[in-house]
Amino acid sequence: MSRLIESTLRRFARALSDALISEQIATRRGLLQSLDARVRVLALFALVLAVLLSRRILIIAALLAVAALLALASRVSLGLLAKRVWLVALGFTGIIAIPALFITPGPPLGKFASMTSTGLRSAILLITRVETAATLTTLLVLTTPWNYLLKALRELKLPAEVVTVLAMTHRYIFLLIESANQMFESRQSRMVGVLSSAEQRRMTARTAGVLLSKSIELSQDVYLAMQSRGFRGEVHALAGSRMTAHDFAALALAILAATAAVWIGR
Amino acid sequence: MHIPDGYLSPSTCATLYALATAGWYAALRRIQRMLQARMIPLISVFAAFSFVVMMFNVPLPGGTTGHAVGVAVAAIVLGPSGAILAISIALAIQALFFGDGGITTLGANCFNMAIVGSLVAYATYRFIAAGADEKSRRRVWAAALAGYVAINASAFLAAVEFGIQPRLFHSASGTPLYAPYPLSVAIPAMMLGHLTIAGLAEAVISAGMISYLQHADIGLLRGRETFATLSPTAAPRAAQRLWVVVALLMVLTPLGILATGTAWGEWSASDFQQSDARAQIAAASHADPPAAAPSGLARLSALWTAPFPAYAPAFIHNPALGYLLSAVFGVGVLMVSYILLRRLTNRPRVRGELT
Repeated sequence: MSRLIESTLRRFARALSDALISEQIATRRGLLQSLDARVRVLALFALVLAVLLSRRILIIAALLAVAALLALASRVSLGLLAKRVWLVALGFTGIIAIPALFITPGPPLGKFASMTSTGLRSAILLITRVETAATLTTLLVLTTPWNYLLKALRELKLPAEVVTVLAMTHRYIFLLIESANQMFESRQSRMVGVLSSAEQRRMTARTAGVLLSKSIELSQDVYLAMQSRGFRGEVHALAGSRMTAHDFAALALAILAATAAVWIGR
Repeated sequence: MHIPDGYLSPSTCATLYALATAGWYAALRRIQRMLQARMIPLISVFAAFSFVVMMFNVPLPGGTTGHAVGVAVAAIVLGPSGAILAISIALAIQALFFGDGGITTLGANCFNMAIVGSLVAYATYRFIAAGADEKSRRRVWAAALAGYVAINASAFLAAVEFGIQPRLFHSASGTPLYAPYPLSVAIPAMMLGHLTIAGLAEAVISAGMISYLQHADIGLLRGRETFATLSPTAAPRAAQRLWVVVALLMVLTPLGILATGTAWGEWSASDFQQSDARAQIAAASHADPPAAAPSGLARLSALWTAPFPAYAPAFIHNPALGYLLSAVFGVGVLMVSYILLRRLTNRPRVRGELT
């Protein structure tokens, strides 16, 4: 029984530690960290689009190498990327891609008669695409503090209400994780026997139910607090920051690289 | 079911972003009317709650565990519009902050899980729980089924999105460029896991939470009605339903390419000259076509050239993208015409009222 609670608790702990690691990496002095957050968002998004639009494995692999170099220049260790992105994506997409080796129609592959060359190509294409896109987005997440990312999204014309909701949600996620954590821990500390499967289900649903009641109450408290500060439903954001020549150059370089990748890999 | 980047082609992602944006816009407008300033904290905290519930390990009969999305509970407590926004925000944070689910596929994930999931869950719950007492057992079953059906509807959409990729996007040598499996493989593979584990996890958490709320916090089950007291009349609701149908039809447009040949009676004048087209006409009509194109057809076909010949703009050689763009463009033209017509027909009456 305790395995169930423990695995949920482990998930909570992992989310918190991932967030903490991201925060630490984001404060390091590296290449991506030195750029305006808008440039990071646009540049990495352009590269992700290039990964999607390029049709040649070699070009996508080259973009993966670029992502790895960007990681090193931004003081993100490749070990962390391997643990957090590469192995996870390989495990998930690898399993999905295996049957494609055999069932994709095409010419048989030499000695391995049951495999087809189109199957092999499509499996490698899928895996490199997923790995490269995930590496690029993880780099953005790792090198950009959440409040900078939101500010960049606001400056890129995402509606202020959406940005405010994203900011508040992020803040309360950690509060609610803490709350759920405490509920599970206190339940576990009062347990001496083994719970039946039905009882486990009831306990999980009850905890979720209590968390829901707490969340709605919390939202009412937050609303009252906002009202006390004069909130009337309109959201205002601070004025945008200025981009330097360094930022413009980086953005131009990223867009150039993405365009070249799409052009060569078409 | 969180689709990562790389599984869907850019044009599929763009289409699903467009559809999701329409859903977000409608939901935002509606919930703003209902909640006004309360909307921001309620949606924020509920999205945070959804995010945390997605992390719960749900024990299932048989000893396995699964993860739930919590879409049915969101739809029951907040109503469909609130659920669409809260689940979308939770999915966005998963993608943007925790790298779970792609950025280019965020529109697809939100469309499948948040928009279609919430609407399906809400409709199923309302249908089964109609007229049931607040504390009746039927509401618990309704919630379970709502969760189960919603997750499977979302999984089915994801499977269709995967399944159309190899047909529409492949290299000259036939190598699939994105998700490699056709519909005949993608649908059974996706549905197997969702009809069993994921659907069950969603059913268990939905039923358990509704049962808990019935005993401990019945007010939340009335919450939707409380929000609804400020809600607009049934007319926008009907319009919203129409939007869902339009959106579904738009997303299914590339399926049209899968059909071979030309639809019966939609032949062009040149089809009567080509032998293979003639054979198709003969087979479909069970009669030999005339030797030449009917003179009326030949004359009239030169009269009007569609802006998107054969459903694909000339500058786009990819038929799937052309199909989708044509659908979006077509719906856009209809919308503009409708708005213009309504303005024209409304204006005199408004003036009359003013004078």
